[in-house]
Amino acid sequence: MSLLPKGAIDCDIHPSVPSVQALMPYLEDHWREQVIIRGIDELNSISYPLGSPLTCRADWRPASGRAASSVEMVRAQALDPFGTSVAIANCLYGVQLLFSEDMAAAFARAVNDWLVKEWLDKEPRLRGSIVVPTQNVEMAVDEINRCAADKRFVQILLLVMGDTPLGRRHHWPIYAAAEKHGLAVGIHAGSAYHNPPTPVGWPSYYTEDYVGQAQAFQTQLTSMICEGVFTKFPDLKVVLLESGFTWLPAHLWRLTKYWRGLRMEIPWVDRAPADIVRSNVRLSLQPADAPDAATLMKIIDHLQSDELLLFSTDYPHAQFDGTAAIPAGLPDSLVRKIAIDNPRATYARLMEKVA
Amino acid sequence: MSRHVVATAHEIPEGGRKLVMVRGRPIAIFNLKGEYYGMLNRCPHQGGPMCEGLITGLREAKQPGEYVYSRAGEILRCPWHGWEFDIRTGQSYIDPGKTFVRTYPVEAMAGESVVKGPYVAETIPVSVEEDYLVVEM
Amino acid sequence: MNEIRSQASPDVAASSKVGVGDGDIHPARKGPKDFHPWLARRWQDHIEQYGSPGRQGWQAGPAYPKSQPNASRRDAYPPEGGRPGSSLEFMQAQHLDTNNIELGVLNPLGSGQGVMNAELSAALCHATNEWQLAEWTSKDNRLRASVVVPYEDPVASAAEIRRYADNPAFVQVLLLSRTAEPLGSRKYWPIYEAAAEVGMPVGVHAFGYGGNPVTPAGWPSYYIEEMTGHSQCQQAGLTSLVVEGVFERWPSLKMVMIEAGFAWAPSLAWRLDKHWKTLRSETPHLKRLPSEYLRQQVWWTTQPMEEPDNRDNLLDTIEWMGWDRFIFATDYPHWDFDDPAHALPVKASEAQRRAFFIGNARRVYRGCGG
Repeated sequence: MSLLPKGAIDCDIHPSVPSVQALMPYLEDHWREQVIIRGIDELNSISYPLGSPLTCRADWRPASGRAASSVEMVRAQALDPFGTSVAIANCLYGVQLLFSEDMAAAFARAVNDWLVKEWLDKEPRLRGSIVVPTQNVEMAVDEINRCAADKRFVQILLLVMGDTPLGRRHHWPIYAAAEKHGLAVGIHAGSAYHNPPTPVGWPSYYTEDYVGQAQAFQTQLTSMICEGVFTKFPDLKVVLLESGFTWLPAHLWRLTKYWRGLRMEIPWVDRAPADIVRSNVRLSLQPADAPDAATLMKIIDHLQSDELLLFSTDYPHAQFDGTAAIPAGLPDSLVRKIAIDNPRATYARLMEKVA
Repeated sequence: MSRHVVATAHEIPEGGRKLVMVRGRPIAIFNLKGEYYGMLNRCPHQGGPMCEGLITGLREAKQPGEYVYSRAGEILRCPWHGWEFDIRTGQSYIDPGKTFVRTYPVEAMAGESVVKGPYVAETIPVSVEEDYLVVEM
Repeated sequence: MNEIRSQASPDVAASSKVGVGDGDIHPARKGPKDFHPWLARRWQDHIEQYGSPGRQGWQAGPAYPKSQPNASRRDAYPPEGGRPGSSLEFMQAQHLDTNNIELGVLNPLGSGQGVMNAELSAALCHATNEWQLAEWTSKDNRLRASVVVPYEDPVASAAEIRRYADNPAFVQVLLLSRTAEPLGSRKYWPIYEAAAEVGMPVGVHAFGYGGNPVTPAGWPSYYIEEMTGHSQCQQAGLTSLVVEGVFERWPSLKMVMIEAGFAWAPSLAWRLDKHWKTLRSETPHLKRLPSEYLRQQVWWTTQPMEEPDNRDNLLDTIEWMGWDRFIFATDYPHWDFDDPAHALPVKASEAQRRAFFIGNARRVYRGCGG
């Protein structure tokens, strides 16, 4: 088994909101009372059915209450066993699924304030991603500006499936804000379900939904590249989270092939898509979708870069057994890049001193 | 290297083109504003017949949403996958350093000098009254 | 005037001496009246007044404008006039003869599939099937037809498939990939039942308009995004077919994924296996690993071949999938055509080339000598 070096940086863990009650102290008066008046239940997205074997690994599931819902649990299960020095918390409470922009913005604020008070303040190894109401880009930018002063926020969190493709220009104020504040843009698996979660309609099984996340990442990568996000924001770092990665070489071959003949439609894409990805896009390690180390090494060879993968456990999702978060059989030098060097190079704010 | 007479100059008006065979190779000849350019009729990608491609201008952009148009009539799109080539130099637009279509110098010459030789006139009877296109290969 | 009349290119590099099978040829109508011999008068009138729209907004043409007229090679216009692909004689000269095609599977597009009016869709599909026989397969014995079906009406589709059960000119059932529901949905099961019964593989060709945005995050802006996206649409359809249990239920059913490339397949198989193992309590009807269904019952046409900078990378992909999974295709006369002389730029044994270029096709398509 490849050993994780000391000081690994885990780029994707999921502390959970234990219940809407936990957010009440962080909601403004009107919204706090709306929750009571309307009996607003949990914002539980079907992207992670609460009881599914993937949503929480069996040995991490608490006897009662939500998985990953306390600092103690996260320390004991996600941080200590891996010797992690820093872990980035991506909260997947279903804020983006709401249709009311104002409600979404209120819940986003509450989740971010809760993350700071209940997690970042209590555990110095934690960093956070800013949850934003993508339903309204201006409000999303307001929230980014509000949270950015806290250097423990290192990233903006977007879902891979929202209302419109993420490359579209009306999203660009978010990327401008990311650039301004030195934040990475994290695109995480999951849908707002405002569109069918596959390009061919609604599936019948959760298995289809989860496997299909990879196709969503493919189309979003296409969108961001073709729309010229990286021409407009050349220093932007985009991280695909819980996306898998073995699909990436084939996708780039295809997109690059079409770009050679269809450049006229998108003349601002003045270098090969594969080059853009190598400079601006990163992917978290788990779920590691290569069947063995030899295949994983081939994929890295096909990508022509060993700088793309960022270590993650995807805690508490069930992607590996025990502490085998790094696939067995990888050379130490590569493991070190994945676990430490690549995350540091990606998240500018990780290196900043925090209060 | 030898010089081959392939056509009379007036066969290819400005903006026009003609496909000729020279030493067994198909060469597309283009007239850009009175200057002649020859190119192998085979796209470096998969061999598509360049002479059947569309001649266009060039669009470039420094920023998304811009379509800065220039060089009307100077770019050739392969008729198959649409790869763009500079007619004058044969360079591809997407990879000018490594990907290009083979070009051949073409000159318009007065009939008198052609008649004197040494030129290979494969199928064209030459006379002193005409101008001819000569491909160097 | 820049246009030049085209001829069969005499300078195309000599193809392999082995005959080539082409799993994706697109015959086209010369004009709208071509179908009239097999289209009831009421539908002819209906089309004249109301058109035959599918689930997208234009009266004519595709949702995203193409990069070349008719999405075709510019040198594929027949000398006598008409659209690319509409002249058998020109197709023979430019493609079948020149490229040594000994087996060509017709996949007629614009044939009424996905048309919103279900009865009209069925009528157009049937007319297309008869037209393939009358104008194509009866005139060139290298060509074979696909049963074009109005797939959003699976019962009518099953009837159309059974209608041609005993006609050896038909070697496959044709669906499009962007359906209203994922392909594995129970809604479409009558189609698979009929195809398995008559022994025809089901080909799933890129395109169609099911009414869903063409990405799971909404509608993209550009044609290049739509084209790239066929890979994702087919992955989604194939995932559905596996997980819904279509391959488990019909173990003799074969599917061919057409015109979306293939290099995406190994990753899909690995991902399906990995997550199915975790989630298998959701799908007790599946008795084998997802990748096993793919390895045993699914083929891929090769076009558009992916083009890594390092060509040997393609060999990795082919070996992950197996040389027996590929059906060579050109997509003639479309612009992203793959020329058989250039399409496989990697070292391969004679046996591998034979399987890739003709052997697999003969085994997969009904009655083609495999």
